[in-house]
Amino acid sequence: MLNIKCPNCGFRDEIEFACGGEGHITRPNFNNELTNKEWSEYLFSRYNPKGYFIERWVHISGCRKWFNIVRCTITNEIFEVYPIGLYPKSNEGKLAFANNWRRNTKAEVIASGKHNDKK
Amino acid sequence: MKIKDKSDKQKYSIFSIIKHSINNHMNWNKAWRNPSPKKSYDAVIVGGGGHGLATAYYLASIHGIKNIAVIEKGWIGGGNTGRNTTIIRSNYLWDESASIYEHSLKLWEGLSQELNFNVMFSQRGVLTVAHSEHELKEMSRRVHAIRLNGIDSEILTPKQIKDFVPIININQSIRYPVMGAFLQKRGGTARHDAVAWGYARAADSYGVDIIQNCELKEIIYKNNKITGIETSLGTINTPKLGVVVAGHSSVIADKVGIKLPIQSRPLQALVSEPIKPILDTVIMSNAVHMYISQSDKGELVLGAGVDKYNSYAQKGSFPIPQHMIAAAVELFPVLSRLRMLRHWGGIVDTCPDASPIISKTDIEGLYFNCGWGTGGFKATPGSGHVFADLIANDKPNLISKPFSLDRFDTGLLIDEHGAAGVAH
Repeated sequence: MLNIKCPNCGFRDEIEFACGGEGHITRPNFNNELTNKEWSEYLFSRYNPKGYFIERWVHISGCRKWFNIVRCTITNEIFEVYPIGLYPKSNEGKLAFANNWRRNTKAEVIASGKHNDKK
Repeated sequence: MKIKDKSDKQKYSIFSIIKHSINNHMNWNKAWRNPSPKKSYDAVIVGGGGHGLATAYYLASIHGIKNIAVIEKGWIGGGNTGRNTTIIRSNYLWDESASIYEHSLKLWEGLSQELNFNVMFSQRGVLTVAHSEHELKEMSRRVHAIRLNGIDSEILTPKQIKDFVPIININQSIRYPVMGAFLQKRGGTARHDAVAWGYARAADSYGVDIIQNCELKEIIYKNNKITGIETSLGTINTPKLGVVVAGHSSVIADKVGIKLPIQSRPLQALVSEPIKPILDTVIMSNAVHMYISQSDKGELVLGAGVDKYNSYAQKGSFPIPQHMIAAAVELFPVLSRLRMLRHWGGIVDTCPDASPIISKTDIEGLYFNCGWGTGGFKATPGSGHVFADLIANDKPNLISKPFSLDRFDTGLLIDEHGAAGVAH
């Protein structure tokens, strides 16, 4: 069983939490002109690595707050827990963030502002 | 021992047993060869589980493509094929699902004869119980839809359930009382290892090379066209590559930049100590989240839902088996002092709509068969049959067409969470 350190409540057993899947998925704006395929990347496609992975969890039977976790999907070791809205600080977390193909999808490139810079 | 390393073209029958008994059974051929990879093949299947071996078998037997190889990282049938609860049924709600699972069930019905290998397919019935008024109404709607598709399905009252499964607790005072059930009599179980071995032996007799301990390292493609693969045993040239690797589909897709809607989760199962026969059917409960059957050895086989987070560790989290056992004991109080012998987890490839992906990809000659999630075993023959057809003709047939990857772009999902997301 995972022993997760909730940022608000401290260490608790996994059964108190619910997992929300991949973290840091940026929702495309409605005025973005995405194709069906690019929209599907946001809606359905998921980064599913064998290794370091960032995911969202919610302390459903506790403070009911969402937060991010950096976890290895082979060993289940948790490297970092940090609040929603921030970015990972650990090396494992930075790797998991940078290696995710989602960083190069059109939805994220537009959201990050890089798209406009290129114009 | 004189077991010969050549294709097994001898027929298994009572006469061959008698014949070989004269020589103390010393002259049997190996069921399949153990070849080294050739330089090139007409097609290569990645993944030597039931689905991959079935694909190779149907490619060779139906489509006449015999110069093929199945490469497997470990040993054949050592992944989810050897780690499931072996339940077979076809009572799915949507027409698309009904057609593929019923296609599969019909192949199961003649499989032992076709492969000349006893897969121990036993049509002992699959009973899904309902625990509330609402669930029962939803169930009867489902039963009628399933019957309209020509698949056998019927509703049982608690008393009929008790007659069918004497050890079940139908006391209406328990927390989740049994209020009814639906039964597919043609459903049942099969011996999982025998399915892998039967397909391997049959494919091998057509000259298919089954290469174990051979890991896919890289996929080589030029101008958006598959030219070969890099493996732990060297380079193999091939124009067609079928990937049937279940939980590791995303890992392979990532090598060529294909984004799949798949999440890999552990699915756990338990086996008890062997006891005398007490259960001659399969019982599933979606509400209390458990399914159970008894193997021919006498062990009770229990399973439940997937873990709630992604993992490639072939072990699951503890709350799931705890929940599974609590549910089993409430439904079957007679099991309360039974001891569990083994517990394991397999990595399943779950899809957002709980339906599989049988599809071409943007790269010519690269095909994926994945996303079977928690219920791939029952589909083994049908999945191999339609996937072989897709690889041979480079276009999907009527059964596999709705399961292509572009359904996530068009929005034409096949939402089987009601029938498939929970129990298999």
